[in-house]
Amino acid sequence: MIRTMMLFGMTLLISLSVSAQTGATSTTKNATSTTKARDISIGLQAAITSMDPHYHNVGPNNAMLRHVFETLVKTDDNQKFTPGLALSWRAINDLTWEFKLRQNVRWHDGSPFTAEDIAFTLKRVPNVPNSPSSFATFTRAIVDIKIINPHTIQFSTATPHVLLPSDLSTVMIVSKKIGEKATTEDYNAGRAAIGTGAYKFQEYSPNQRVVLKANYGYWGGEEPWDVVTFKMLTNPAARVAALLSGDVQMIETVPTADIAKLSKDPKYNIVDKISNRVIYVHLNQSTEKSPPFVFAKDGKQLDKNPFRDVRVRRALSMAINRDAIVSRVMEGKAQSAAQLLPTIFYGTSKKLTPMKFDAEGAKKLLAEAGYPNGFAMTIHGPNNRYINDANIAQALAQMVSRIGIDVKVETMPSAVYFTRATKLEFGYMLLGWGTESGEQGSAMRSLLATFDAAKGMGVTNRGRYTNPAFDKLLAEALVTMDDKKREVAIIRAAEMVMDDVGLIPLHYEVSTWAAAKGLKYTARTDQYTLAMGLKPIK
Amino acid sequence: MFTYFIHRLTQSGVVLLVMSLIVFLGVFAIGNPVEMLINPQADEVERARATIALGLDKPIIEQYWIFLKGAVTGDLGKSFVYGTSALDLIMSKMPATLELAFSAMVIAVLFGIPLGMIAGLKPDSLIGRSIMAISIIGFSLPTFWVGLILIMFFAVQLGWLPSNGRGETTLLFGIPVSFLSADGLSHLMMPALNLALFKLSLLIRLTRAQVRETILQDYIKFARAKGLSNTRVIGVHMLKNIMIPIVTVIGLEFGSVIAFAIVTESIFAWPGTGKLLIDSINQLDRPVIVAYLMVIVTLFVFINFAVDIIYSWLDPRVRLGTTAGGGH
Repeated sequence: MIRTMMLFGMTLLISLSVSAQTGATSTTKNATSTTKARDISIGLQAAITSMDPHYHNVGPNNAMLRHVFETLVKTDDNQKFTPGLALSWRAINDLTWEFKLRQNVRWHDGSPFTAEDIAFTLKRVPNVPNSPSSFATFTRAIVDIKIINPHTIQFSTATPHVLLPSDLSTVMIVSKKIGEKATTEDYNAGRAAIGTGAYKFQEYSPNQRVVLKANYGYWGGEEPWDVVTFKMLTNPAARVAALLSGDVQMIETVPTADIAKLSKDPKYNIVDKISNRVIYVHLNQSTEKSPPFVFAKDGKQLDKNPFRDVRVRRALSMAINRDAIVSRVMEGKAQSAAQLLPTIFYGTSKKLTPMKFDAEGAKKLLAEAGYPNGFAMTIHGPNNRYINDANIAQALAQMVSRIGIDVKVETMPSAVYFTRATKLEFGYMLLGWGTESGEQGSAMRSLLATFDAAKGMGVTNRGRYTNPAFDKLLAEALVTMDDKKREVAIIRAAEMVMDDVGLIPLHYEVSTWAAAKGLKYTARTDQYTLAMGLKPIK
Repeated sequence: MFTYFIHRLTQSGVVLLVMSLIVFLGVFAIGNPVEMLINPQADEVERARATIALGLDKPIIEQYWIFLKGAVTGDLGKSFVYGTSALDLIMSKMPATLELAFSAMVIAVLFGIPLGMIAGLKPDSLIGRSIMAISIIGFSLPTFWVGLILIMFFAVQLGWLPSNGRGETTLLFGIPVSFLSADGLSHLMMPALNLALFKLSLLIRLTRAQVRETILQDYIKFARAKGLSNTRVIGVHMLKNIMIPIVTVIGLEFGSVIAFAIVTESIFAWPGTGKLLIDSINQLDRPVIVAYLMVIVTLFVFINFAVDIIYSWLDPRVRLGTTAGGGH
């Protein structure tokens, strides 16, 4: 028995070593095993699902692909437009935009970048097979493309479309030569991942890592890194451990519990920045009588929907102690909100301030609205989507119960929550919204305009808030081509809808990055982690 | 033997069918994958397009039927999230998980059986008692916590081992493995140990119990009386007889090691199927969930079949396919 086992073991060992010698034709080297001073590793919080820039419109993918590809219009760390592959752009009339393109830009394979590539890209975007969320929304407004010369291109729209530069800041340009016959698989394998960006594709392993190497001929100048390895470390403890052990030199989304410890440690520096993500509450105003999960205290249905009364909405907003949530639940990594974007963004009102916490005043307002003894409701929220979402929901429940409402809390995984929330199965919904366009007009259109699927208004207005006066103001603002006039109109609309408590804004998330000593990251409001923003401190 | 094989094959086929139906209906009941994947800024036109692109506009039974038609030809659908063939995605990550699971079982068997035998042969000695005490700790501590402690100690404090990921891989018969290089081994050590701990404790206790039982058997006394050396008595006769339940348990546990690997893979960012599965469940990537479960069920079927073969080889009295009531 033992003899057979030993014989088996020996044969196994011998065959293993023999095959390893002959079969070791391919060895993949981990970047850390051949580390030079100019190689760097970064730990990411979410998985990258594709290297095809038009396949899936989701934050992590967009951030990663901005290393390899570029957009016509770029956004800086405050989401303000800067020249990208386009040097300048202007509306030559209400229905036409002209973009002047950057010259002497080359693709990673050496061929020159021209307007033909843009025309091809815009044709490809709506036609990517199996895309779970394409960029078609952002190219739909363009009905005609005219190439004036290889470095000037004009886009025509059917109706005045002021947000064209913003839309084009999301669409990454691909090479016509390479892209014509390329599928998503080709991009994932790297064959087609030829862009104009600061880094070139080297390796992509789904759910594991992405390796990029510097584009030495990049038009924007030399980058400080030769090889960048992005590791997908979704588990927060593992991400912090990777930073502490030196396996990565920077991480994004530092877990709230570790921020204090890392801030005090001189071996690391933490940068944070307010983001474009607002955490808010939508109140279901779609039903005439009781909305789902809202009852009288004795369990009976209510005759009227309390959320349709602005006094009830205002009372619910006054009941919330936003400062307490920011300091206790978010540990300071948040900022109380009065509207949908922090005031550094376009279209935000400087006059609006976060609703003052006033539990007594809230109770009075409720009584005035006809609910002297309050009512009963359940607060619903996700538990794995936003920073500390489950804890925020619980804090809200405690605060709301103080003004005489019987509250229950239910949180659930986002896979269940969002499906049901979109079907309007809840009454009081904790939600979040990241405004990718960087201006408040489109945020209000998605969240507060009266729901109209055909017109694309109020698509994510789960509260089904409706205010015709506001709709009119917003619609006018959205077609005002002049930037300054439009901003004034958007601000007026924002002040109107926030006064009417269309939704209850809670706070803006603050994003955090932690880097090793000697490195500095330029934090961004769009929460992207870009190697281009990481520089050694001289 | 042949009929037994056919019988087992049909059984497994039925299990696969039922399981795939359950997953389809389960994911359908949880939520809408489009809701999880669509960018909130997208308009209704885009949502409708995405729903059709993923085949989710059709009734659930029709979606299942389409899946079955594809499954017969080996196509288990395209991942909603990655856009690539779900089966290819799983199979590309399988070697990593299998390597981790194998290493964990090797550690558990290599240390568990000898330690268990020592504890069984010398139950009242200091060494016997300490082995048992350590085994209790081994299966009481949660894998999640032990993994983090190992990282904190070996990676952060001492800096001896890397804290996450898989190291260099070399090709062995065309499959990438990492235990053949020093860098690969250093990455493999902690996750394998973390995963092995529970099984190790289990095997120690099981082996000890088996040893305590067989040492009282008549044939042991007879072998000693016959004058056989201690090594032969224990190493050949006793070992062969205690192996039967141990092999059965190892077979069962190997399947659960692959399943438990999910936790270890998450902590150590080990790029295996466990991590992929958790993320797919969170994102309602149904094709990947179904493909993964079907691969796992097939694996379990093979493992159990192999266990039965080894069982019959170890114990010549066992004949496969005979009824439990006894032979003729």
